[in-house]
Amino acid sequence: MAAKSYSNPIVKWIEYRLPIFSFLDHELNEYPTPKNLNYWWNFGSLAGIVLVIMILTGIVLAMSYTPHVDYAFESVERIMRDVNYGWLLRYIHMNGGSMFFIIVYIHLFRGMYYGSYKAPRELLWIIGVVILLAMMATAFMGYVLPWGQMSFWAATVITNLFSAVPLVGESIVTWLWGGFSVDNPTLNRFFSLHYLLPFVIFALVFVHLWALHVHKSNNPVGVDIKGPQDTIPFHPYYTIKDTFGLGVFMIFFMFFVFFAPNFFGEPDNYIKANPLVTPSHIVPEWYFLPYYAILRAITFDIWFVPAKLIGVVAMFGSILILLFLPWLDRSRVRSATFRPVYKQVFWVFVVDCFILGWVGANTPDAEFHGVKMLWIGQAATFYYFFHIVILIPLISVMETPKALPASISQAVTPGGKS
Amino acid sequence: MSDSATGGGTTADMPVTDEKSRRDFLLISTASVGVVGTALACWPLIHAMNPAADTLALASTEVDLAPVQQGQSITVVWRGKPVFIRHRTADEIKTAEAVPMDKLIDPEADSKRVKKPQWLIMVGVCTHLGCIPLGQKPNDPHGEFGGWFCPCHGSHYDTSGRIRKGPAPRNLEIPTYQFVSDTLIRIG
Amino acid sequence: MTGTRKRRALALAVAVALALAAGAAMAAEGSKPPEQKWSFDGLFGTYDRAAAQRGFLVYNTVCAACHGLSLVAYRNLAGVGFKEEEIKAIAAAKEVPDGPNDQGEMFARPGRPADRFARPFANDNAARAANNGALPPDLSLITKARKGGADYLYALLTGYKEPPTGMTMMEGMQYNAYFPGNQIAMLPPLAEGGVEYADGTKATVQQMAHDVSTFLTWAAEPEMEERKRMGVKVLLFLIVLTAMLYAMKRQIWTDVH
Repeated sequence: MAAKSYSNPIVKWIEYRLPIFSFLDHELNEYPTPKNLNYWWNFGSLAGIVLVIMILTGIVLAMSYTPHVDYAFESVERIMRDVNYGWLLRYIHMNGGSMFFIIVYIHLFRGMYYGSYKAPRELLWIIGVVILLAMMATAFMGYVLPWGQMSFWAATVITNLFSAVPLVGESIVTWLWGGFSVDNPTLNRFFSLHYLLPFVIFALVFVHLWALHVHKSNNPVGVDIKGPQDTIPFHPYYTIKDTFGLGVFMIFFMFFVFFAPNFFGEPDNYIKANPLVTPSHIVPEWYFLPYYAILRAITFDIWFVPAKLIGVVAMFGSILILLFLPWLDRSRVRSATFRPVYKQVFWVFVVDCFILGWVGANTPDAEFHGVKMLWIGQAATFYYFFHIVILIPLISVMETPKALPASISQAVTPGGKS
Repeated sequence: MSDSATGGGTTADMPVTDEKSRRDFLLISTASVGVVGTALACWPLIHAMNPAADTLALASTEVDLAPVQQGQSITVVWRGKPVFIRHRTADEIKTAEAVPMDKLIDPEADSKRVKKPQWLIMVGVCTHLGCIPLGQKPNDPHGEFGGWFCPCHGSHYDTSGRIRKGPAPRNLEIPTYQFVSDTLIRIG
Repeated sequence: MTGTRKRRALALAVAVALALAAGAAMAAEGSKPPEQKWSFDGLFGTYDRAAAQRGFLVYNTVCAACHGLSLVAYRNLAGVGFKEEEIKAIAAAKEVPDGPNDQGEMFARPGRPADRFARPFANDNAARAANNGALPPDLSLITKARKGGADYLYALLTGYKEPPTGMTMMEGMQYNAYFPGNQIAMLPPLAEGGVEYADGTKATVQQMAHDVSTFLTWAAEPEMEERKRMGVKVLLFLIVLTAMLYAMKRQIWTDVH
């Protein structure tokens, strides 16, 4: 690897003391990337950009927000009405949260389809799941801050879940609340942690990218990079492709911000929190709906374990189980492109996730054409775990994959030269 | 900055300079549009830190002067700061007008500091380091010049609020105000 | 190409899920309020100033006795076209709490443009005491806080009817076709000719409902016109920029394809 030398004296001075320029050159400029990445690979950089947007808007919003139960709701309305461009920053931050999850879920499904979690990228995947958990904690606490009806009652329901923990459950809940119910101490600490976690996420993203750069990106064909004929430099090919993808995303994002800013939200959250009045229909934000469905699906005790505890375990388990994917999937082939059985079943899984989301949005006693929503939720929950714990390992062992191309170059070059 | 597009073997028919200048044009125009867009996007983040509409709405305060007797001072709050309003006596006005300019640390004629001589309106913040001078109440110390005295570092202000002795560099600030009527002023 | 089949399958899954969600959501609520035409609908909607000003009169005359608008300041009324003198007069006609004075007492003084709308009741308990235990909600955000927004509000205000045969009303409750549960504590607030419009428009119940819904939508979203104007510019800009980026991408990638 040739050490690049710079002509500019200032650059040379800095480079000698802190090799930031050669570092950026290596990791961003010349960085070898598979030449066959499709647009499903844009979502990683999009997620990073949305994180930065959330942090920037969040910091300026925090300058005008008051984290006290008597002032929080009004301070948000002051931002909307009196602070210069406050409405814009708030709507960007609010819709940015939804965008972040859309992007990250697509990014995750991409990983599942193309086997990006397989060796040697298991740790990359695990860090990703940890980022997802941190995002969920951040989003949950962020939603409490406007102190609307949904803010308060979602906080009450979810913090109450921890009482399911045997022996110490009640103490944990009291500790989380800082009192005997969700109240000012809770709001204040949620604000502190909501401000903190995005920077933890930022650090995790750095580690995530570090892990990525060790073995480089996976690719749609799932075949390892064999040599320079399989790759192209990140700049300018993927810098322009990512920027173009960013443009498309911004159109989608800004459409919601300017023309449908409350599409992803709940009208009840424009009512100030009232601890004495429960809304008729408590519903979390859309990105939590599948987990909410799983939580509510468990209505029966198993032996001495109460239903509530099983529900909580199932809910967290549905995310934690993803950590084991690299070991549950035993296929030697990465990409679903060459796995005819897995490919079909993958889409069933995606539809199942949508069904879980839909179930989460409904009241537990609702019915769909005479079929109880509860049963649909239970079936969908069962399938979710069945898919990951049984189907994926079984298929990976029993399936006959299609023949892999010898290399990336061979896969994408019409002549088939390696 | 190297334009690192690799050689295009398939567009061999086109003269290289034409292709390159088209590439450059697209790069420069797209980059300019992008830069302009990013700058415009940054502006809301910055402007949001400027005073909000409700703060600006309190930028002016109206004060009714009718209840203030001759020889009486009141303090009102304007933009978070105290404003001294004194209904001066004829003696105080005469004393203020009689001071020669060369005796003043910050020379300024009394007539320049008031719109109507019997109404002295000034920001009650010492120009030294920001304490609030004493002198609004009859029992307060008034300093050696009959006006106000700042207890923090010993600045003396006269009956026109001008600095006469002590570390303060400038006279007490006169805010922008106007008489809406004979007995109603709007400050700010 | 398998890519197209994948995309189609994904699109189908999303469409199915959204359709199911929409259907289920509608079934869970009360009857859907009929859609009205509003001046502020659509990408280029604006607030009909005349309607909003008439709506303010309806609010001030009929609703303000029980319903606060405490997130709106009198100076904000410039946004629906009132002049400075009119705003000063509107504010001064109401009393707002202030103090403590030099004696340490709280007192009431005439409103100023910088003040927020005067509250009809000192606090929620006082409001309930004056309304048989029911709490008239503050209207500052009402169109954002109810599913159906202005359509719902209009339907509610014009939805008072005789209860259907066989339905027993609880004591003190009125039948309303659109209020969830159909029993509302508020008496029908609008009556023909209840307000006299300065511009001579006939004050029918429908007209007043329409005007006050316009006004209250403005009260909840005073930034809407600026937001939509900016949105059009931003989206046009982004479409142009993205097209240019696409051209650049294709150009840079010609040798790889």
